[in-house]
Amino acid sequence: MTALDTRPAETRLSKPRLPQWAPLLVVAVAVALGLLAWMVGANIALAVLVAVAAYLVGMPAWSAAVESRRAAVDRLATGLVWSAFLVAMVPLVWLIVTVVKNGASTVDMNFLTFSMRGVIGDEQGGLYHALIGTLLITGLAALISVPVGILAAVYLVEYGAKSRMARVLTFLVDVMTGIPSIVAGLFALSLFVLIFGPAVRLGFGGSVALSLLMIPTVVRSTEEMLRLVPDDLREASYALGVPKWRTILKVVIPTCVGGIVTGVVLAISRVIGETAPLLVVAGFTSSVNMNPFDGRMMTLPVFIYTEYTDSTAKGLSYAWGGALVLIVIVMALNIIARIIGKIFAPKTGR
Amino acid sequence: MAKSIDVSDLDIYYGSFKAVEGVNMTIRAKAVTAFIGPSGCGKSTFLRSLNRMHEVIPGARVEGKIVVDGQSLYDASVDPVAVRRQIGMVFQRPNPFPTMSIYDNVLAGNRLNSKRMKKSEADTIVEKSLKGANLWNEVKDRLGKPGMGLSGGQQQRLCIARAIAVEPQVLLMDEPCSALDPISTSAIEDLIHELKSEYTIVIVTHNMQQAARVSDDTGFFNLKATGQPGHLVEFNATKKMFSSPDEESTEAYISGRFG
Amino acid sequence: MTSTATRPDPTPEAAPDTKTPLALGDRIFRVLAVGSGGLIMVALAGVFIFLAIEGYPGLSVDEDFYRPATSFLGYAGPLLFGTVLAAIIALVIAVPFAIGIALFISHYAPRRLAVPVAYLIDLLAAVPSVVFGLWGGRELAQHIGGISVWLEENLGFIPLFAGPAAKSGNTMLTAAVVLAIMILPITTAICREVFAQTPRLHEEAALALGATRWEMIRTSVFPYARSGMVSAVMLGLGRALGETMAVAMILSASPVVTLNIISGSSPATIASNIASNYKEASPDGQAVLIATGLVLFAFTFGVNFLARYLAGRGERRMAR
Repeated sequence: MTALDTRPAETRLSKPRLPQWAPLLVVAVAVALGLLAWMVGANIALAVLVAVAAYLVGMPAWSAAVESRRAAVDRLATGLVWSAFLVAMVPLVWLIVTVVKNGASTVDMNFLTFSMRGVIGDEQGGLYHALIGTLLITGLAALISVPVGILAAVYLVEYGAKSRMARVLTFLVDVMTGIPSIVAGLFALSLFVLIFGPAVRLGFGGSVALSLLMIPTVVRSTEEMLRLVPDDLREASYALGVPKWRTILKVVIPTCVGGIVTGVVLAISRVIGETAPLLVVAGFTSSVNMNPFDGRMMTLPVFIYTEYTDSTAKGLSYAWGGALVLIVIVMALNIIARIIGKIFAPKTGR
Repeated sequence: MAKSIDVSDLDIYYGSFKAVEGVNMTIRAKAVTAFIGPSGCGKSTFLRSLNRMHEVIPGARVEGKIVVDGQSLYDASVDPVAVRRQIGMVFQRPNPFPTMSIYDNVLAGNRLNSKRMKKSEADTIVEKSLKGANLWNEVKDRLGKPGMGLSGGQQQRLCIARAIAVEPQVLLMDEPCSALDPISTSAIEDLIHELKSEYTIVIVTHNMQQAARVSDDTGFFNLKATGQPGHLVEFNATKKMFSSPDEESTEAYISGRFG
Repeated sequence: MTSTATRPDPTPEAAPDTKTPLALGDRIFRVLAVGSGGLIMVALAGVFIFLAIEGYPGLSVDEDFYRPATSFLGYAGPLLFGTVLAAIIALVIAVPFAIGIALFISHYAPRRLAVPVAYLIDLLAAVPSVVFGLWGGRELAQHIGGISVWLEENLGFIPLFAGPAAKSGNTMLTAAVVLAIMILPITTAICREVFAQTPRLHEEAALALGATRWEMIRTSVFPYARSGMVSAVMLGLGRALGETMAVAMILSASPVVTLNIISGSSPATIASNIASNYKEASPDGQAVLIATGLVLFAFTFGVNFLARYLAGRGERRMAR
């Protein structure tokens, strides 16, 4: 064993190492420093920053002193990666807390059942008209997008497969997910202006714009679900003499219907909060309008926006109230989508 | 430079599942030791525990001792990174880094460890390692080309060059030829013969004839029964193992009655 | 490749109108499916076409509409500048976080944490942009206003922070921060997919050479994920370019071109400009706004196109 004496330090396996609890200790110290900063007057964000910085400086320094430079770099990377996540959570929590705090006092049964029709000064108003509008417009949008989206996905998976049109379509659908919502609104506007003239505003136009935004999502998620259905299932059906269209309708789609529904609900939750296209095409109004084909219609996101731009204290509080209602609806849809997804998950055995 | 490895009462766990049980052996320095046995009996798992690569899977742990040159690999003060620096590994499928040239591939390990290498120093290491892997003549004119552009056998020799460039004590090889054609396989086997004068080599192989050709000592692993952990049935000099093994099950495996 | 039930008819004189109702259903269904696909492509083309038709007159209306500029280009120029500036600053802020969080989910987090973490980041994507605008314009802006003052005092030599800082915080900086938060989910999602797809074999090659976890990521994960990361960044860029409401509710806009992101007069973005000026626009004004919308669409379409193309190329290259 004399050969190793030429480089003893490098071949020695036992090197000084920080104990397992070292990171936790540094975290504790960093948190303490952050609390200290908060107590001497820094606001919460700054205090968090202090704590994070303390960890990112302290841990690698300690490691460099005890272990090695490479280990220190590794620990710094680990620290950065954890901090990235924690810091990204700050705005999410902050936003939700703010919306709940500011909106809770405004939302009550009156707020939910009154419209803004004829409301002046400090009178009680509400977002009833906006809720109705959102329901109608989003519902119509879903009515358009769901069949078109599902059928297009059926084409991509069942009929088109390797064809050129299918590849082009998939690519375009992917690119379509990036359409700015205002452009979708302008498209719907242009379409209707061409037919009806420049002053047209109608709820259905909003539905058209929203469908443009929903369809790519529905197509992609339905496509994924359809692909998950094993070919054996289809072939078993064909072997029984069932024609293709019946197979798709009665075998393939029902197998993955849970996933398709999840995709649709998620798509709805995404567009229900869209403001720009509705602002542009459906306009805004203070009364309830039940007819999507005639005249301006108020929607929840546009309600929030108009109350906000009102610049009065009441307007602002109504905006927060509307925001709270909207967030609750969106989160509820999200949760419903995930629950449906879990219940009906295709048993792929993955 | 090469060291021997002493293994005592080693158990390997994945979570609460015991994969390998009660291994005792001494792996001789500057010799080739082969592990044979049917699939799933723990040979590769045991091999990977020798350089702590099994820890890549979360929840994997060992009980028992592995001692290399008086140092226990699993001591609390030992960093797995340091272990792998000393005990290199070549994998079943050649895995040169796809975005690096041949030159950079060989140096990959060294670059991690030293801050700045002079170009002349780097060139020397590359040449020495590629020569050691019997690859120098074939690639010396295209060191800048991508590592993935070589044939399977050449890629595997590149991986061997990369492993020996950091001058480890021990070289572990996990079925290094199973993805290669017979000609490349025999080239690698010749290489192993040359390498053993400098390194301790441990090789896992499915191919008994290869074990017989290449190794000095052989260990036979088997499962006691399905669902049971794998264990070392017998560990002996290769000549003895393949002519008159001690255990009946070894005899049965070698003569092809199961496996 | 057809798998319908009709067997090949041995008698060649079988008349076409003896096709069974089932085969007819097949044809109808197929037409519907193909038609839906076609409809989508037509709609996409339609966006270009209709915007062009309605927007074209906006290129040459009465000079008054372009105030203070005198031509369409003069009007749209600062808007385009504002759009790109906001998007780039948002990217600069968001991308390091996205990479860090994606790495966290794919390589650092304990397995049981990874799924909830991914879900939490996706939750950020569920918040509607108008709510981001509300929170950003009211709550976050105040805090950033305070920080802007500090930035002006200490880093005022950098043109970005030249000041005078607007305490209200209704500045480009706040808008960019909110944009960064909004594009974080999609950039993170794509990065984490490519990181997770790094072949185990290459990761183990690096580890077996004695690499630390970070060194392994540098050696095996990043080179593999390069085109995926570029694609993720570009998709984030596309999203930031098109974001409307959050910017509209945060910025106090004026038609200037400036790098100063903490002052009270910032250029609007194309999208926020359309949203803000829509109410009072006359038909001519409407046409101008639609024309700017076409510019935005062309721009974001190009960015998204490139991003998806790069992603596809990277996938095909790695599948070798």
